[in-house]
Amino acid sequence: MAWFSRNRSVTLTAVAIIVAAYVFYAINQRVAVSMIDFAWSFAVPLVLAACVGVMGERSGVINIGIEGQMLVGAFSGFFTAAATQSLWAGVIAGVLSGMLMGAFLAWTTVKWQMDQIIAGVVINIIATGLTSFYYKSGQSLTHVMPNIDIPLLSKIPLIGPVFFEGGPIALTTLVIVAILHFALFRTRWGLRTRAVGEYPSAADTAGINVIAMRLLNVTIAGGLAGLAGAYLSMEATPTFERGMTAGRGFLALAIMIFGAWRPLRAFAAALFFGFTSALASQLQASNIVSLPQQFINLLPYVLTLVVLAAAAGRVRPPAAAGQPFVKGEGS
Amino acid sequence: MPDKDVAPPPATPAAAPAVLERGAPPTPGGLWGALIRYQAIVVPVVGLVVAFVVGALLIRQQGVNPTYAYKTLFQSALFTRDGLNQTLQRTTPLIFTGLAVAVPLRVGLFNIGAQGQFIFGALAAAVVGYKLHSAPGIVIILVALLCGLLAGAMWASIAGFLKTSRGVHEVISTIMLNSIAVNIIDYLINNPFKEKGQAIPRTPQIAPQAFLNDMGIVPIGFPIAVILAVGTAWMLRRTTLGFQFETVGRNKAAAGYAGIKINKMILLAMALAGAFAGLAGGIETLGDIHRYESGFNANLGFDGITIALLARSNPVATIPAAFLVGALRAGASALQFDTGIQPEVVDMLLAITLLFVSLPLVAKLIFRRYAAKGSALTSGWGS
Repeated sequence: MAWFSRNRSVTLTAVAIIVAAYVFYAINQRVAVSMIDFAWSFAVPLVLAACVGVMGERSGVINIGIEGQMLVGAFSGFFTAAATQSLWAGVIAGVLSGMLMGAFLAWTTVKWQMDQIIAGVVINIIATGLTSFYYKSGQSLTHVMPNIDIPLLSKIPLIGPVFFEGGPIALTTLVIVAILHFALFRTRWGLRTRAVGEYPSAADTAGINVIAMRLLNVTIAGGLAGLAGAYLSMEATPTFERGMTAGRGFLALAIMIFGAWRPLRAFAAALFFGFTSALASQLQASNIVSLPQQFINLLPYVLTLVVLAAAAGRVRPPAAAGQPFVKGEGS
Repeated sequence: MPDKDVAPPPATPAAAPAVLERGAPPTPGGLWGALIRYQAIVVPVVGLVVAFVVGALLIRQQGVNPTYAYKTLFQSALFTRDGLNQTLQRTTPLIFTGLAVAVPLRVGLFNIGAQGQFIFGALAAAVVGYKLHSAPGIVIILVALLCGLLAGAMWASIAGFLKTSRGVHEVISTIMLNSIAVNIIDYLINNPFKEKGQAIPRTPQIAPQAFLNDMGIVPIGFPIAVILAVGTAWMLRRTTLGFQFETVGRNKAAAGYAGIKINKMILLAMALAGAFAGLAGGIETLGDIHRYESGFNANLGFDGITIALLARSNPVATIPAAFLVGALRAGASALQFDTGIQPEVVDMLLAITLLFVSLPLVAKLIFRRYAAKGSALTSGWGS
């Protein structure tokens, strides 16, 4: 009961959304499944990227370079897959290159105290430059990652076919969100991470290695960004295009803030974004409203601003996010 | 910070008296001293040299002789009449977009939205330029530039307003506003402002009497940009407004206690930034493109970020930084034409230079204890 009174509004919202989804499902099964399916495939890279942001900022490092890390992941994943004709090799290459970019951010900002936002901007420029410089046209994959059905779970009405039937990266994303949420709030690693992000000098006094925690978290988070990129170039579509991340890394930062730096809420927020996109294209397709395509395209961005304007002030970022830590110069 | 007052025991007491530990050490004389005093210039130059070495490796890897590639690049950007004109043509709006990022940085705001503000300014100037086709040239030019300036300022003010009233971080809001601007403008040039009977979505050409011509090889906008950059530096150093800007940027709490209206400064700085970016768009439209067409001027706003950071948000330093970026961009197309090297190699060069300029480690490695302490430019989400 204590838990419920603390989380009342969140729980009630979640229940309301789930009930609404099933009412919708009862009214029109086919449209409901296709729209929520669309929403989820839109949300997968955003959820992963938002987790990248959460891991970084919970330990005190702002990551503006998610966009670039995703782009590098998508790029190296795709071209490795095209060269080896193995999608799995591609995914591994994507994750590893993402980790490399994560390590770059970690070392420049945590070890060498570079301004975190500038480091992120540098990552984005380098990623755009590298992926365009080495881009080769005419490469293609014959197919995307295979679909997998989870037995039993995929038979649940509505959420079964949407969440438990899909590509391996989408399925992994569910697991990652659940694990990250649990780890962040229920394990020793999580407590340490949050301590390092809230009050590093206190954490340092308590014997936690602040620098090591930050290096580790930001580097691992980079791997998730690489996975998000791999999703784009190997699971959602079998192609790589220049600049194909198209601002998703930044959208993910907004989702992270909207989700109050919590993986599960970020997951819900990303689904909400996906659903509004699905709604807009559904309305367009069925001629209920006729908006120019450009206005449909800008909907997620406007929504981001509206949502942030509503959410900002109610949520609080980790206190030390953005500040370098120098041992012995506690604030 | 109690630890700082406790000076560590000097290794050789005679050479390093305790006084030295408190402030900056006295700089030695001679060449070494000069290098230390001008490290704000030395560090970028070192970064540039390293960037060109790395760039040479990238170019060699593509099977092209780096010396030949660089020779082509600079020859075509600087040592031909047309090339130098091209370079200055590109430098002009870049000085403005550099200022559009540098000025808010002084107030502690990171304006990533120069691109959106820039394209709104460019479109506004183009629309005025063709709608007023029968007016005298000077009238069109002034009205078009004013509209461009206002369009940019208004677009940037949305971000300023969201920041002051709702606490939305400007990095996110300006990025979103960039994407929104691209879509709105795409709609506008496809519908109300579209040139009739054209397959490509673009506005009609502006009236020919409103073209901003070149004076010799120097575009008219260039001296204006230089004057404005110097004027901005003067504003920041010598006026009350500049002092208020700097105070807010360095210490919000102190500024608040001193009675400076922080929100007003944030709104003003964003509006001013937007005005610079919008003016850049107007000058680009009147001086170079003569209409609005998407795909042109694709990166001028984003290059502003690189320029402002290279210049360490010093308005006067945006001039050489913009010239560097302008020359590299102008040379890159000749490089691609001649050798097939992708023009994105320029982005790599700039990113590496930027990395060197922004890494405190580099100055520390070169200058040891004489390294200038850079302050954090940007703030976290909360403040």
